[in-house]
Amino acid sequence: MNIIVCVKQVPDAKDVRLDPKTNTLSREGVESIMNPYDRHALEAAVQLKENYGGTVTVVSMGPPQAEEVLREAVSCGADEAVLVSDRAFAGADTWATTYTLMKAIKKIGTFDLIICGKQAIDGDTAQVGPGLAHRLNIPFVTCIRNITNCEDSLLKAERLMDDGYDVLEIQLPALLTVVKDINEPRVPSLKGKMKAKKISITSMSAEDIGANPEQIGLNGSTTQVVRVFSPEPRGEKTMLTGSVAEQVEQLIEKLEAIQ
Amino acid sequence: MDYFLTEEQQMIVEVAQQITDEKIIPQRAELDEKEEFATEILKDIAKADLFGLYIPEEYGGYGGGCFEVVLALEQFGRGCVAVATSFAASALGAYPILLSGSKEMKQKYLPDVASGSMKAAFALTEANAGSDASGIQTTAVLDGDEWVLNGTKQWITNAGEAQIYSIVAITDKSKGARGASMFVVEDTDPGFSYGPKEKKMGIRASATRELIFKDCRIPKDRLIGRQGMGFITVMKTLDLSRPGIAILGVGLGQAALDESVTYAKQRVQFGKPIISFQAIQHMLADMAIQVEASRALVYAAAKHIAAHQKDMSKASSMCKVFATDMAMKVTTDAVQVLAGYGYMREYPVEKMMRDAKILQIYEGTNQIQRNVVGQELNKEYT
Repeated sequence: MNIIVCVKQVPDAKDVRLDPKTNTLSREGVESIMNPYDRHALEAAVQLKENYGGTVTVVSMGPPQAEEVLREAVSCGADEAVLVSDRAFAGADTWATTYTLMKAIKKIGTFDLIICGKQAIDGDTAQVGPGLAHRLNIPFVTCIRNITNCEDSLLKAERLMDDGYDVLEIQLPALLTVVKDINEPRVPSLKGKMKAKKISITSMSAEDIGANPEQIGLNGSTTQVVRVFSPEPRGEKTMLTGSVAEQVEQLIEKLEAIQ
Repeated sequence: MDYFLTEEQQMIVEVAQQITDEKIIPQRAELDEKEEFATEILKDIAKADLFGLYIPEEYGGYGGGCFEVVLALEQFGRGCVAVATSFAASALGAYPILLSGSKEMKQKYLPDVASGSMKAAFALTEANAGSDASGIQTTAVLDGDEWVLNGTKQWITNAGEAQIYSIVAITDKSKGARGASMFVVEDTDPGFSYGPKEKKMGIRASATRELIFKDCRIPKDRLIGRQGMGFITVMKTLDLSRPGIAILGVGLGQAALDESVTYAKQRVQFGKPIISFQAIQHMLADMAIQVEASRALVYAAAKHIAAHQKDMSKASSMCKVFATDMAMKVTTDAVQVLAGYGYMREYPVEKMMRDAKILQIYEGTNQIQRNVVGQELNKEYT
């Protein structure tokens, strides 16, 4: 089974600060890490490979330094790594990103399964997985919390729901996004680290993947982040006490006072 | 301090560090409280290829030596001495096979030990044979194509968790020290069972039980090396393994120092963080000096041992005494720095102090280690 895992390098959430004047992310001195959900996606792929055979290829669209997360992925069990990197990709929203990833994945070749993290912790959109499936015209299921079996291109998995989980059979090729419940990601192995150090990472530019310049980067983006800001701290809380009827009365009084 | 590790040695440190920070430290208090064996963490360590660090490449290992094991154990010791002991005890159990076993024996066991799918244990101690190994009463008698074992081994680390046991038994009582031999016993061998789990002061997440042999029959080829060579294998094994115990003292001392400095910077008394008081500063300074001096000695001893397999004893014993006495002192001081909080189980330093004590006792008490150093000096100065 050939599995592709999409990974993103993100700023470590522990360190992210918002510059209060410019309202932009202050990335200075902030460590970059592999998006935590993507670590679970990678672990799921490596476990599938261990159980059913095949290869795991990790793909990341990002600046040259995103190579670090790809090497980390190799140290945790990925076989191949592809960096999709070009200045022309800068400013991409999720629409342009899914186009770029789709072109890169078509260039990589055939696959049975694509696994993504549910969302990235920086943008938090949760759109790239489903968007990529749409671009590739394959089925997708989000929020997978367990993969129980895989036989004859039929994958059995559990989708996390608010009130429990669905048990699904998914015809491959397909795309899954995973939640953290799915597994406990392994730490890099010694052999993995040695392999990661030596492996040559395939780099793909806009030209390499045959991307239409109008559909990538800022040009291909249909949305733009106009402003980022810290929400105002909430006002003081008042706890109402007494019986329900008394509390309702107090509440109405307060609401009327606001008017 | 920079010890100029090679790139590969640095990788070993990083892998062990990540397991320690992400897997061991978050679970250590609960494992200690429940006296629970760290099965899952050991699986993580196996997946990270660290069980094979000291095993030659031809048997599926990494092909490193004493120093590489020390680097990994330093990190594990920083996290939890109980988990580290379970890991180290597997190496201790495999060393006799590695040092004295036949090629067939190595091929049979070492690849599984290297992958971590098989854990090993080492069994020398008995009720009447601790520091004085000549008190061993477990016997092995050849009966046709089988050895028949009888006796009881005491306080065996990894007992009940390991799949293979390197044990010492007397094969010829009339020959004294030359009458002891080593054998591999498998957990499924008939006539082999375990005593109940011991309740210990520290390293409570490690498994310590008796091994009981009642007419336990094992195939003839389970003899490790030659008959009568048991004590020689034991001595070589312990010389090779002791820097691993020494470095647990260093890792533990480092952890105690880290906790102490962090706390001393936060704790405010008399309007100032307590680290600003000289009484505390000097304690922390002494802790740091002792940890670093121990680290330097253990690293040097481990490198010496890797290079001079015939002259290991003195270096091995010296570093074990120095680093484990240090760990006892530094962890005791850490409890003192954290004072009332340090004495509470909510903070990690009381466990560190409990765990430190065993380091001065197991794999040869520190008194026996001083004997070894003294005897070596006596030989050197003739």
